[in-house]
Amino acid sequence: MGFAVTVALRFLREGRFQSLLILVGVAAGVAVVTYISALIEGLQGNTIRRTLGTQAHLTVKAPDEASRPSLDAAGAVVLRERQPRAQRPRAVDQWQAVERELARTPGVTAVTAIVTGSALAVRGEAARSIALFGIELEGFDRIVSLRERMVAGQARVDPGEVLIGTQLAADLGVGVGERIVLRIGPAASDTVKVSGLFDLGVRDLNRRTVYASRTAAQNLFGLPGGATHVYATVDDLFAAERIAAAVRQRSGLELESWMESNAQLLSALNAQSISTGLIRGFTAAVVMLGIASVLVVSVVQKRKEIGILRAMGATRSQMTQVFLVQGAVVGLAGSMVGVALARLLLWGFSNFVRGSDGQPLFVVGMTLELALTVPLAATLAGVLAAVAPARRAASLDPAQAIRT
Amino acid sequence: MTAAPGTPLLRLRDVRKTYNAGTAVATEVLHGIDLEVAEGEFVALIGPSGSGKSTLLNIIGLLEPMSSGEYLLQGQSVAQLSDAELTQRRGRLLGFVFQFHHLLPAFSALENVLMPQLIERGRLSAGDRAHGQALLAKVGLAAAVHKKPSELSGGMQQRVAIARSLSFGCPLVLADEPTGNLDTQTADEVFALMRRFNADDGVAFVVVTHDPRLAARCDRVIELVDGRIAGGPTPAPGAPP
Repeated sequence: MGFAVTVALRFLREGRFQSLLILVGVAAGVAVVTYISALIEGLQGNTIRRTLGTQAHLTVKAPDEASRPSLDAAGAVVLRERQPRAQRPRAVDQWQAVERELARTPGVTAVTAIVTGSALAVRGEAARSIALFGIELEGFDRIVSLRERMVAGQARVDPGEVLIGTQLAADLGVGVGERIVLRIGPAASDTVKVSGLFDLGVRDLNRRTVYASRTAAQNLFGLPGGATHVYATVDDLFAAERIAAAVRQRSGLELESWMESNAQLLSALNAQSISTGLIRGFTAAVVMLGIASVLVVSVVQKRKEIGILRAMGATRSQMTQVFLVQGAVVGLAGSMVGVALARLLLWGFSNFVRGSDGQPLFVVGMTLELALTVPLAATLAGVLAAVAPARRAASLDPAQAIRT
Repeated sequence: MTAAPGTPLLRLRDVRKTYNAGTAVATEVLHGIDLEVAEGEFVALIGPSGSGKSTLLNIIGLLEPMSSGEYLLQGQSVAQLSDAELTQRRGRLLGFVFQFHHLLPAFSALENVLMPQLIERGRLSAGDRAHGQALLAKVGLAAAVHKKPSELSGGMQQRVAIARSLSFGCPLVLADEPTGNLDTQTADEVFALMRRFNADDGVAFVVVTHDPRLAARCDRVIELVDGRIAGGPTPAPGAPP
């Protein structure tokens, strides 16, 4: 191997301009692949965080109410009209047992039961339709990390207190410590104090979300002691559906994973991944073709030298190695420059590309994994690209090579 | 790999070479060559252009296969050897000097001289370097050890090539027109150098040359005409018996 490495490096250094060109080519290709990979990784991570930040990964909810025909005589012709029933808040049957069942499922990291339904938040003349969540703060915080999202007041939902989104606060013109009225249906209503404001990162959620204590919500919705949903999070996001299926099979619980309720988002992410894969694949192919063509030319240029080396006792396999090593070196060196270039691009993106609000769109960084796998893959690609030129070099007839 | 005493270094029996064999344009360029070269012999191979000298030298140098016949190198037939085995013998038994020097331009004189060692062992020891420097000193290039071929004159390059052909201690050096593009004085110097290595180290030489003056200074002259050896082996005047 020492011979191959020594000669390969010398050949590369000798063909200065050629080596420089191909190095720049590899670096550019690698920079594109790395930049796109990091960008898409960041973008997808960001999208998923935004979507799931306020969502449970798994949700158990009370079954919808269905009309059941009271008469079903076999063989008889029955004339009847079926009307769907209006859905009112209903409790999950034995939600404590459901909580325990989910909690002991492998892969589930946190479980909490909530009571939720639609309501109106009213202050003076202003009324806004909201989604009211009755939560147990400790448990819910583990799922949505509400405490981190507080922007004013305190994360506290004692009876008679609520947390509201910043946008809703603006719409109703209330601040921390002021009071609003929650109204459900024609009868139930409650006056509560705003104990804190939060920012969930999505304007619509900030306009519609109100968190109260679970007991308060139970009372308002007329479900004493009940819970309408059980939320759970899992450690591996993309295993949610698998875990849901396992729970369904084991316990017969009806539960939905985020992957089902966000099927569109998932397919969008998939399409994105496929496009990225295509870009990566084509770029890699172009880079490899570049390496191969430069090495093919180099084999032609170095015919005579290959002939001499063969005459002096270099084996075919040694000549093959000389060119494979050149491919590897070009791949490795080019990719290291490329990764550095990609870092620079990403830094520029993170610092100079801003959204309409002047904030960075999202932060993208290069994971260590990416920074290591890219040069490895590029080295491998370089070797692969060198296979055909190396075989040509090895198959040169020394007598002919020397004569020309 | 030394043969029993008395065995010639190489022996060719009825060696033929046909190019494009089996096609309509098949041409036989060597028509049954019989040739022996003893250890330490200094042989000139002469003949007009197209007489097959280079082809014969390539066959002896294991660079080209013969079409038929028998070739014993140190008493061992090479006809059945694999490419790897031929390559190994080229490295260990044969040194080459070509007309156009054929040094590797990317390597210094010393590295060129030690290339056979690098090929064989993958790295160069301090001992190798000392050996290479001594060889270069012996060919009068002590000062040019680290120069690249492009910085050396034609005669100097050819001396590096001679040092290289000898650096691995091969018993036979094949030289194809080694003085072909050198002026007379330089050619004489280069030729004298080869004779010196022949006398000092007992290395055998087969030298293809056009120059009758130089041929006359070899132990034996073999003339090749139209792919045949003319008039059988001819001892050169003044050659040792």
